[in-house]
Amino acid sequence: MARVGIIGAGHGKFGRRSDATVQELAFEAFRMAMEDAGIERGMLDASVIAAVPEYHKQRSVAGVVQEYLNLNPLPTWLTEVACASGSAALRTAWMAIQSGLHDVVAVIGCQKMTEMETAEILALMGRVGEVQWESVFGTTFPGYYAMFAQRHMHEFGTTHEQMLAVGVKNHHYGALNPNALFQKEITLAKALESEPVSSPFCVYDCCANADGAACLILACEEKAKSITDKVVWLDGVGCATASMSVLRRPDLVGLPSAQEAARRAYQMAGVTPRDIKVAEVHDCFTVAEIMAYEDLGFCKKGEGGHYIADRRSYIGGEVAVNVDGGLKSKGHPIGATGVSMAYEIVKQLRGECGKRQVPNAGVGLTHNVGGIGQYTFVHVFKRD
Amino acid sequence: MFSWFGKVSFVPYSKVADFAVHLKDGRLMGSVCKKCGYQTFPPRADCPECMSPDFSFKEYSGRGEIYTFTRTTAAPVGFEDIAPYTIIVVELEGGGRLVAWQGESLTEEDVRIGTKVQVVPRMWEKGEEIKVYYTVEKPGTTWHKAPAPHLG
Ligand SMILES: [Zn+2]
Repeated sequence: MARVGIIGAGHGKFGRRSDATVQELAFEAFRMAMEDAGIERGMLDASVIAAVPEYHKQRSVAGVVQEYLNLNPLPTWLTEVACASGSAALRTAWMAIQSGLHDVVAVIGCQKMTEMETAEILALMGRVGEVQWESVFGTTFPGYYAMFAQRHMHEFGTTHEQMLAVGVKNHHYGALNPNALFQKEITLAKALESEPVSSPFCVYDCCANADGAACLILACEEKAKSITDKVVWLDGVGCATASMSVLRRPDLVGLPSAQEAARRAYQMAGVTPRDIKVAEVHDCFTVAEIMAYEDLGFCKKGEGGHYIADRRSYIGGEVAVNVDGGLKSKGHPIGATGVSMAYEIVKQLRGECGKRQVPNAGVGLTHNVGGIGQYTFVHVFKRD
Repeated sequence: MFSWFGKVSFVPYSKVADFAVHLKDGRLMGSVCKKCGYQTFPPRADCPECMSPDFSFKEYSGRGEIYTFTRTTAAPVGFEDIAPYTIIVVELEGGGRLVAWQGESLTEEDVRIGTKVQVVPRMWEKGEEIKVYYTVEKPGTTWHKAPAPHLG
């Protein structure tokens, strides 16, 4: 099969961007990606836009982004699978190119989350779970992951300190990322003192909402090679789902969708977990990164707590994980996150990450989870 | 009548809406497929196995054990007045799990994975409004049940 390559990458500043509309955020990332690829808009065949619509005042956000980027009349469409929307956009762009329909496609993940009042956000937060049987008891997003954390502690002896060590690592690297929301180190002691949210979680177990955008330009193999010599290949696109109700899952110590998506992505790319040198995983809550080490096969199920405690996910360890700060420190503009993860892997494989560069990064991976594992996308990237 | 179920109702309609009426009568109901016998909790009208749309309700004992739990401090809209509250997932005897609140008979020490518990149907009435739900209590806790189910 012919390959699909990433030829350009752009990333704006994540944070409380009260200075910009969603289309203005998209423009920043798009302009950088096009400059990076060194191509003009006339080379593009289509765009795919990732955003979660319920956060925006503007309905049908793809329309306003497409106009502002001056991409009319090119085709566009929106992808939405909660926090994994960005990876869904990459997947559909990959499909559009592999089908032969389009040769060069821009993927833009963009999200304004601070446009809403706190009360509106809290109301939305109350509808994260299955609304017929669960949300009626006041379940919350942190609450669901907290219930995974309780099971993980019960079955494997994982500790809250191990979970918070994920946050300490991600802030350590986020401090080196100029695009991150929080560019400062934290200590375990400070994390342990933070306000309770949903036991065992406190504030430092949770990622923060943010505004932001990221953009990638994808091209078919032939065009990619003719345009640039710094192509990063998207060689494995794995995607799988699991029940909306987490109560109907076989267990609450991992995400079956992540395990299945990883299996498919590894198989498609012809790699094993041991080939992965750098990974971006979905650390919406600290325990989610611990489960990701296990679901992706970096370690056995139940060993994730030790994996972080032994610093095996730091640069110099086995797989450098979330060295852009992760969702925890970089911020989580939900529609942009999957594209932002892929951006970091592209820059890592190109060796352009400066102080947080992972040495000998030839194969990288993204693990992007929608909701509470209802959808997971695992993508494998390679540099020739 | 499904609007009766829970503290905040998001979907006041369902093909299994009578679940809420049974709960008001003191009965916790799952469902059984009339064609293939697939049994599940919470109930569903349409069989995921054989795709038959014919089901009947089946009463559950409500006995079970704590599968997981969390004490929520940051509450969503409509739940601020009861925060902090403890959400418990109960693994039911007969299969299936449910989400419910910690009841008054359980202490903080009781709320541990594996603790044997009883799910108890509850109702509160504020004027015209009926709300039905359930809480997680100590085994042996009793409650009032209507004499016979008045719905299929
Ligand atoms: Zn059936």
